[in-house]
Amino acid sequence: MTRSEKMRTYKAHPLSLVFSILTKLAVAITIGVFFLIVGYVLIKGIPYLKPSLFSPEYTTDNCSMLPAIVNTLEMLVISLLIAAPLGIFCAIYLVEYAKKGNKFVSLIRLTTETLSGIPSIIYGLFGNMFFVLALKWKLSVISGACTLAIMVLPLIIRSTEEALKSVDDSFREGSYGLGAGKLRTIFRIVLPPSISGILSGVILAMGRIFGETAALIYTAGTIAKYASPMDSGRTLSVHMYALSDNGLNMNEASATAVILLLAVLLLNGLASFIAKKLAKGGN
Amino acid sequence: MSANSEYKLQVKDCNLFYGDFHALKNVNIDIKEREITAFIGPSGCGKSTLLKSLNRMNDLVEGCRIEGEFTLDGVNIYKDIEITDLRKRVGMVFQKPNLFPMSIYDNIAYGPRTHGIRKKAELDEIVETTLRQASVWDETKDRLKKSALGMSGGQQQRICIARALAVKPDVLLMDEPTSALDPISTIKIEELASELKKNYTIVIVTHNMQQATRISDKTAFFLHGEIVEFDTTERIFSNPKEQKTLEYITGRFG
Amino acid sequence: MIITNTENTAVLSATSGSRKAGRSRILETVMKGLFFICAGVSVAAVAVICIFMFAKGIPAIQEIGIKDFLFGTDWSPRNVPASYGIFPMIVGSVYCTAGAIIVGVPVGLLTAIYMAEFCPKKLFGKLMPLINLLAGIPSIVYGFFGMVVVVPAVRNLFGGTGNGVLTVSLILGIMILPTIVGMSVSALKAVPDSCREGALALGATKERAVASVIFPAAKSGILASVILAIGRAIGETMAVIMIAGNSTIIPHSVLDSVRTLTGNIVIEMSYAEGLHYDSLIATGVVLFVFILLLNVSFNLITHKKGK
Repeated sequence: MTRSEKMRTYKAHPLSLVFSILTKLAVAITIGVFFLIVGYVLIKGIPYLKPSLFSPEYTTDNCSMLPAIVNTLEMLVISLLIAAPLGIFCAIYLVEYAKKGNKFVSLIRLTTETLSGIPSIIYGLFGNMFFVLALKWKLSVISGACTLAIMVLPLIIRSTEEALKSVDDSFREGSYGLGAGKLRTIFRIVLPPSISGILSGVILAMGRIFGETAALIYTAGTIAKYASPMDSGRTLSVHMYALSDNGLNMNEASATAVILLLAVLLLNGLASFIAKKLAKGGN
Repeated sequence: MSANSEYKLQVKDCNLFYGDFHALKNVNIDIKEREITAFIGPSGCGKSTLLKSLNRMNDLVEGCRIEGEFTLDGVNIYKDIEITDLRKRVGMVFQKPNLFPMSIYDNIAYGPRTHGIRKKAELDEIVETTLRQASVWDETKDRLKKSALGMSGGQQQRICIARALAVKPDVLLMDEPTSALDPISTIKIEELASELKKNYTIVIVTHNMQQATRISDKTAFFLHGEIVEFDTTERIFSNPKEQKTLEYITGRFG
Repeated sequence: MIITNTENTAVLSATSGSRKAGRSRILETVMKGLFFICAGVSVAAVAVICIFMFAKGIPAIQEIGIKDFLFGTDWSPRNVPASYGIFPMIVGSVYCTAGAIIVGVPVGLLTAIYMAEFCPKKLFGKLMPLINLLAGIPSIVYGFFGMVVVVPAVRNLFGGTGNGVLTVSLILGIMILPTIVGMSVSALKAVPDSCREGALALGATKERAVASVIFPAAKSGILASVILAIGRAIGETMAVIMIAGNSTIIPHSVLDSVRTLTGNIVIEMSYAEGLHYDSLIATGVVLFVFILLLNVSFNLITHKKGK
């Protein structure tokens, strides 16, 4: 339809024009808010990204974020080392072994969905009760990592499941037909093409872990030093919260926000890029 | 082109392209009012394409380009009639019933409400009248507020016809309306069409030649995007002028 | 030839193959057990979480008295005698979530309608990832943004401190946008094209067809997205505490300071002990139960259409 034809239709149906404008306005607001937040954080924070903020030691005068960054990476590694194998193996069971309509499978799905709906502060509460106090691990990176591992488990299970399901059954049948056992089929035939889907899920989990604060304050603690797994130490997001909370280090908080935001956006972008490549390349 | 009051719809020198594919080639046809005109021909010959051009449903297809002149009562439908007004005057029944997931009443009332009729009394009357016209009133009168999707295929298609009639069109386009239905429903709809032509101009696309002979007054035979022959149904099926027409109706191809 | 081959392999497997077959069978069983155990971890996790939460929380509620806990308006755990009424926080969570819904659902639904029905294909591929990225922004960054941008703006426009229900509603509303848009777009796209064609053929404009036929047809998916969004909003912590004001009184206007259930837990946990600590767990239990109820309604709606 040409422009003038559209105008003629809108003249006859003015409400349709209003509706059309409202939807366009809504999109503009949504996208605008995105750029507003990202833009504001970047514009406000980048000027304060001094090299001194990356100095090896944190002092109250110079709140370096390097210990927090190191702790975050440590937290990432430990959490994923726990969550990834658990989640991937769980998904393998659900897709490759479980029979359809199995009651246990429905239970697993229910609990996985429940886990993904639990607010992060409840995870923090639980982590505090269980890992920190009951298991007597005290405030430590390991307490935080275990808590986060449970939190991102549903994410990894779901993306691995999707990746495994997208492998056509004919590949499995071909492998069994050649006399290969189940394990060999899974590890040689089904897993390799699923790698990008699984990777995409793991990267999304990384993004989640990077940005998580409420679950860590009372499990890993807020100490601004390099922490070994048994020590208490703050991650980057906890660091940012601490800075904003005391009201004195707003500039450093802005700088921290830049790093956080860029890291998370990059991870999310990477995850969807990999997922798209998977969808395009087929299997 | 002069407005010839005898012809409800006129197509002149139509060429239609789906992207690079030349779907309709130099098509010319005049549809008389209060008659049933059938479009027949093998799959992919362009009959549905031409039908959909008559109410501009082809506009929805990406990459569709139309040249030529289409008129309704002498007025150019691509330039001088507002599109929602055109579709009010030229209604369509699709191959598969496409009732909305709403009650039967709301389905029928959808058209009239769209065009400004709000009063319950008026809508009630339209719903009953059109359902009677479509010979499906008895089967629906006790379940008007229930979901339309709970009816059988043949009933749904008749409700679709009632829904199309509810906006009081001049023309009714039917795109293979019985191809997905059982023989009994097919007969019911064919009887319906013959009844409706007293008040409406009907153009029907059909794969079924016997259907064309049973109900249509005029028939156009399409092949590879062209109208090979257009004449009275009697003539087409008893003594066609073109060789290709003869081959098609005797089943040599298609 | 084929027959000869199988004969040969049959002979081969009878000797060295049987040992290998035995070994691999053990491995298969062990691995299957391992996968099974891993699958059970999520069940175990939920079980342990529930046990710990309820084991500490329920006795605490009993000790405080359920009426005083849920409906008491005085939250003063450090007083002598202490009172643990979380009603102001329940109201606070409800107000903030309702506010988030009022802000986020209309914008989200209209955005979803544009994306699903009117957006050109190329633009869709560029815009949808951006909307999804909104979901990736960490909540403290949202809180930080709220603190330095929205709070002063609200203060300048409406007076007061700027920390309160209105600010929280605005930020939470933004945070739930990707949830609503994502699921609603799927729900809208799932409505068959035949409905769109039918509506247009009756003389409706595209906008009318979308509003009166497509949107109602997608309502269960859309409702599910709203329920999911409610769950997100009510569980949000960090973004909220940075902009809510956090005073423990029932807010009477949108500009009043507010404390949510989540905020209550986070703020007090650092110095809570004994019954005070347990009352925070009890607060968590209330939240947990509410989330479970939401989950149940979500499942009821998504499985109603026989998915």
